Amino acid sequence: MADKTQVNDIDRSLYDQKNENIYKYKSQKGLTKEVIKEISKEKNEPKWMTEFRLKSLEIYKEKEVPDWGADISELDIDNIITYIRPDAELQNDWNDVPEDIKNTFDSLGIPEAEKKSLAGVGAQYDSEVVYHNLKKELVEQGVIYMDMENAVKEYEDIVKEHFMKLITPNDHKFAALHGAVWSGGSFVYVPAGIDVDIPLQSYFRLNAPGAGQFEHTLIILEEGADAHFIEGCSAPKYSVNNLHAGAVELFVGKKAKLRYSTIENWSRNMYNLNTKRAKVEEDGVIEWVSGSFGSRVSMLYPMSILNGERARAEFTGITFAAEGQYLDTGAQVIHAAPHTTSTVNARSIAKDGGQAYYRGLLKAAKNAHHSKASVSCESLMLDNDSISDTLPIMKLQTDDIDIGHEAKVGRISEEAIFYLMSRGISEEEAKAMIVRGFVEPIANELPLEYAVELNNLINLELEGTIG
Amino acid sequence: MDNKLIKICNLESRVEEEEILKGINLEVEKGEIHVIMGPNGSGKSTLANVLMGHPDYEITAGEVDFEGENINDLAVDKRAKKGIFLSFQYPQEIPGVTVENFLRTAKTSVTGENQSIFDFKFLLEEKMKMLDIDESYADRYLNKGFSGGEKKKNEILQMAVLEPKLAVLDETDSGLDVDATKTVAEGIKKLSSKDNSMIIITHHNQILDYLEPDYVHVLVEGKIVKSGGMELAREIEKNGYAEYKEDAEKLNTKTNC
Repeated sequence: MADKTQVNDIDRSLYDQKNENIYKYKSQKGLTKEVIKEISKEKNEPKWMTEFRLKSLEIYKEKEVPDWGADISELDIDNIITYIRPDAELQNDWNDVPEDIKNTFDSLGIPEAEKKSLAGVGAQYDSEVVYHNLKKELVEQGVIYMDMENAVKEYEDIVKEHFMKLITPNDHKFAALHGAVWSGGSFVYVPAGIDVDIPLQSYFRLNAPGAGQFEHTLIILEEGADAHFIEGCSAPKYSVNNLHAGAVELFVGKKAKLRYSTIENWSRNMYNLNTKRAKVEEDGVIEWVSGSFGSRVSMLYPMSILNGERARAEFTGITFAAEGQYLDTGAQVIHAAPHTTSTVNARSIAKDGGQAYYRGLLKAAKNAHHSKASVSCESLMLDNDSISDTLPIMKLQTDDIDIGHEAKVGRISEEAIFYLMSRGISEEEAKAMIVRGFVEPIANELPLEYAVELNNLINLELEGTIG
Repeated sequence: MDNKLIKICNLESRVEEEEILKGINLEVEKGEIHVIMGPNGSGKSTLANVLMGHPDYEITAGEVDFEGENINDLAVDKRAKKGIFLSFQYPQEIPGVTVENFLRTAKTSVTGENQSIFDFKFLLEEKMKMLDIDESYADRYLNKGFSGGEKKKNEILQMAVLEPKLAVLDETDSGLDVDATKTVAEGIKKLSSKDNSMIIITHHNQILDYLEPDYVHVLVEGKIVKSGGMELAREIEKNGYAEYKEDAEKLNTKTNC
């Protein structure tokens, strides 16, 4: 008989290291008005923000936990410590960042990444940004890249005008929770006509047991501006269920272009219930690149609202679910103006009993005439225990829209493996080759260092020993 | 020196509980071209798959020796490394993997030597030219969107690059028009040498006119019922397999090998 391949799980030792917890402040478990007020006071926030938090808390208490998609009944929200600040004041020089925090970042490659000419690094350690830097020339051009807490104070007017206007606390329970307890995150403002030609990178992670992470990312591109924001996530592993309910709000002005890339690699006990939305004005472009590898449960459906004529959205996503993971991801596009265009290209992979779903929404308003939408979603299951499916939904209020749609679900073919092996390629490499080929259209879209990381993640996921 | 490349002895095999091969005996020496002909369902493709080690084809009796070593239990990729090659009747499509990347990986595996991108490109271009394949095929996804003829040509290209000791060609000429058959046959002929051997499974004589095989075997109901030279192929072309079908069941092919 032919040899069998043992496919091992990913080696997470790199990501699953944790530091001793020395915290300045730890809010009590559970959510009350008093806790929210304390958080706001500690942050020295303006009054409108304190009130916004309290209003969100009320909405949060009224809203039901969603009963569709993933099972999140094991998530004990009352038991999640919502606000933890590491024992480090905000730094802008790498040398001043405390040693143990630095060690963790070192192993995640942060300073190296910066050396490779990244524009700035906003690294969120637990709930607050501890390290921030932005290249001088960008500052001189009027580009703002800073942590969200300080932006609320220093750029109060801009923040107030945009903060939680795309994602409101009324949208769903976790958006309300976010509104009440948000902490940390990045603020990016690019003035009209400025092209930020090097990617801005944020890297945040969770470090304390039971700590939820509710970072808020707000990016505003004025007319004709151009930027690429890279969001990277990794968290150490703990026994208590962890919750991530961040919010990303992107405002793309006329003729502006924003690319937003993420590879999420949360530890396998994380509930990743993130909300991301972009509003795109006339001739503007939003490009999403999204990779979901980690977490126990993910529910993530970035939304593009094409608000101005000829606005364009592109979504490229890959989801890889292994044992014990339920990853429910996809893209939402709202065509709300004439001559708008959207392209969605998603791949999901499931192995070792993992579950990977594509859930997408395509909506066209009455006035979205002469618009074009194309959705392609494909699923690949690597064995019989895994489940993968695609659930694309369309709601069209106009006939005058050109729609291309393709959905495919399949299992890795034994005949294809046999074919490759008959050319001397090992079973393990044959599977990896098929998976790499399956995600190739996605890998092409990624920035080079992400493409490399994607390949490494796939290789790690498929790594095994020939018996 | 022993010139024997492969020795198949009393080979029996079944697929999903159905007995397909019922005692195959065949010896192939270096430099020889053997042809296997037979009606549909006689076990030709099963034999090809068993020789390559397809996991669905169980060997229930008998032995396959390659260069004096029993390979009954050898994994598919290890057979390829030993120098066995199968040209598939229905080659698989592998989207996202280019012909060039795939073949460089395969060549690295089979030879155990890293292939430099530059040298390999040169090698591939040379083989493509020989087989009259357009260079642009190197960048196309493996068999994806290829016509039947292109797929078969691509199989021969793979053989040309990997340089196996034993090539089993499973109906490589089926579905090809006269001109394509000629190109493929000429390609195979160029690759044939005194150091390698071929087992050619076919329905048609056209390809045999080019290849001038040393032996022709008739496979009926899982047994080789008759062996001979080209004259046997011509006789079958004229009279079909009817007379062999009657004998096949009674025939005892068991030998003491």
